[in-house]
Amino acid sequence: MKQAEGLTGAAKTLADAGKIKIGVKVDQPGIGYREPGADAPAGFDIEMGRIIAGRLGIDDDGIEWVETVSDNREPFLQNGTVDLVLASYSITDDRRKVVGQAGPYYETGQQLLIRKDSEGDITGPEDLASVKTCSVEGSTSLARVEDEYGASPVPFATYSECVEQLENKTVDAVTTDGAILLGYAAQNPDELVVVGDPFSTERYGVGYNKDAEGMCDFLNETLQASFDDGSWAETFAATLGKSDVETPGTPTLDPCP
Amino acid sequence: MTAFSENWHQILLGFGVTIEMVVVAGVLALVVGSLMAALRVSPIAIGRVIGSAYVRLVRNTPLLLIMLIFAFGLPELDIRPEVSLGSARLLSFNVFFIFATTALGLYTAAFVCEALRSGINAIPLGQAEAARSVGMTFGQTLREVILPQAFRAVIPPIASALIAMTKNTSVALGVGVTEATFVMKKLNNDYPTQLIAIFVGFALGYMVLVALISLVAGRLERKLRIA
Amino acid sequence: MAASVLFDQPGPATLRRHRLYTVVTVALVLVVGAWVVWKLNDAGQFESRIWNKLLAANVWREIRQGLTATLIAAAVAIVTAIITGLLLAVGRLSDHRWVSRPCLVFIEFFRAVPLLLLMLFLFSFIGAQFPELERNARAFLAVVVGLTLYNGSVLAEVFRAGIQAVPRGQSEAAYAIGLRKTQVMTMILLPQAVRFMLPAIISQCVVVLKDTSLGFIVTYDELLRSAKTIATYVGSSLMTYVVIAAIYIVLNSLLSALATVVEGSLGRRGKATAAAVEQVEEAAGLQ
Repeated sequence: MKQAEGLTGAAKTLADAGKIKIGVKVDQPGIGYREPGADAPAGFDIEMGRIIAGRLGIDDDGIEWVETVSDNREPFLQNGTVDLVLASYSITDDRRKVVGQAGPYYETGQQLLIRKDSEGDITGPEDLASVKTCSVEGSTSLARVEDEYGASPVPFATYSECVEQLENKTVDAVTTDGAILLGYAAQNPDELVVVGDPFSTERYGVGYNKDAEGMCDFLNETLQASFDDGSWAETFAATLGKSDVETPGTPTLDPCP
Repeated sequence: MTAFSENWHQILLGFGVTIEMVVVAGVLALVVGSLMAALRVSPIAIGRVIGSAYVRLVRNTPLLLIMLIFAFGLPELDIRPEVSLGSARLLSFNVFFIFATTALGLYTAAFVCEALRSGINAIPLGQAEAARSVGMTFGQTLREVILPQAFRAVIPPIASALIAMTKNTSVALGVGVTEATFVMKKLNNDYPTQLIAIFVGFALGYMVLVALISLVAGRLERKLRIA
Repeated sequence: MAASVLFDQPGPATLRRHRLYTVVTVALVLVVGAWVVWKLNDAGQFESRIWNKLLAANVWREIRQGLTATLIAAAVAIVTAIITGLLLAVGRLSDHRWVSRPCLVFIEFFRAVPLLLLMLFLFSFIGAQFPELERNARAFLAVVVGLTLYNGSVLAEVFRAGIQAVPRGQSEAAYAIGLRKTQVMTMILLPQAVRFMLPAIISQCVVVLKDTSLGFIVTYDELLRSAKTIATYVGSSLMTYVVIAAIYIVLNSLLSALATVVEGSLGRRGKATAAAVEQVEEAAGLQ
């Protein structure tokens, strides 16, 4: 990946500094996951971050991976803790009021992860009102099952804690984006399974600070280039594609505001 | 102050869970703490060893770690208690509430034990000697002479252990309990411009709980003095 | 325990009974222990797939990183807490009400607020004030400032008790030879009070070290957060946390042993010192 010519605005500032701080998740297999003792995380979001940084002429040494959890991504963008967020970060109108979100670079939907022993008993979100559900505090997934399906989910700080409790049989379902759940199912395919049709459309976007001038255009160009030259599909196959899913078609980018 | 006016129901529910934890963990701490204190002062060496080992292990481990052992470790051994007394939210105690509350109670028991022990040791030697010289056994001495006197002396330190416990209920948010501090964390994210007001409001809420415990302890102490 | 308040030197019949109780208790402990081991084994907690990972080098590198972060936070916090505590204690003992009153309010407020509530507030507040700070640095500040405000307030009461435990004659004599208030405090009272306060300060170190674990919740990368990562990787939370608990227990026991040694050496200086030490320790309360 070569540095794009004629960078302007915030993208140029980052390229000139040769450093970028990217907010990612470090506990989501296939998306963003850091093994104990490892320095850098690995996964689909991480690779997409590398592609964007590469476009700025920044290599691995200039990238700082900053761990985010669901409830601190907007504050982190707003106060400059991170320059970009690639952390299974769904595009929503509410979020776009406070931060910028370019993309989507991946489309998924909210599904359920359950134990194989309850397959057939739990088939979709309608069942969540009567079973113990776990999701992450401050996430759209938790708010949706609470508001629309009458569930009273147990809130934990991370999805890995939810999945551990699912394996422990203290909760019966974990709900969030299918992509995230597939990553966990692939880690423990004998016990866990993703069920039901997606009951929402989650479109992962690249978060940036609203004040970063020209950032959206730069991100959209970079993402489109990665769709066109096949590097997006390669990245998918090497990360999320490992959890036994077909590489989907490339999404259509929203125009910049 | 929209953070409070728009969420008062949630805030009350949060403090409701906190109060439930205080009551349940408090009773557990007093019971287990008394048991351990009896072991610690018993004439049998093995009892003293068990009592002091308990206190040493528990006091030197962070409360959050104990809660994590309960909430993430015990289910691995197929232990998942659940209690429901009704359909209302505050009447059904899920497995995480029970784990967190039990952990908190057992943790506080170590401090209650220390408070009781120092109270017993503060009783003048002559009291026990007089009790024994009229033929009382260890159990009788403890029950009839020492404990009634020790009780008044230990009220302040036990109250301070229970106050510390009340503040420690906040740690339960780390294991999925939606108590008051969890609600504050949520409001911090939803109302980033009202951070100080939110913090002071919740701090005052805890102070009221702490003041209540002090009040009860003070009353009890006065009452026992007259008796 | 022969000369206890509660029981006489046991006679032969009592000794026999005690031996019986001991045997029963030991048997009970063994049965419970065996049951726990059986239960653990049944749940596969001793399997090599867990322990091979738990004892692997990368896991212990992670533990070392977490432990270092824990110790750094604890060390910084205890130093700043002692400084804060001294300032507050001196302010609290001031003759000027406009100094002593605010100090009193400060101390009472931060002693009453749950530490975790304070840390969560600080984490959000610091983020709003210093937007350029990274997550871990910001979390570190939240942990250290939170620990400082809380333990500083607790130590302020310890220090105050320590200063007041110095016999009145000392300060009276100092004033009599013409020393000023500040001189009396720094040259006469504090140097003597330090002796009484040392065991309580070391005990407070244990509290600080334990409370750094709350950094887990404000996302400071300390030992417990390492433990969480490891638990997921290893596949057994129980065994991982038990290992981590052992680390905390060893560290804190060393600190407690140090406190006992210091206390013992002070105790040899006489009953008055021992009584003063005890009085000062009570000021810290049960935390």
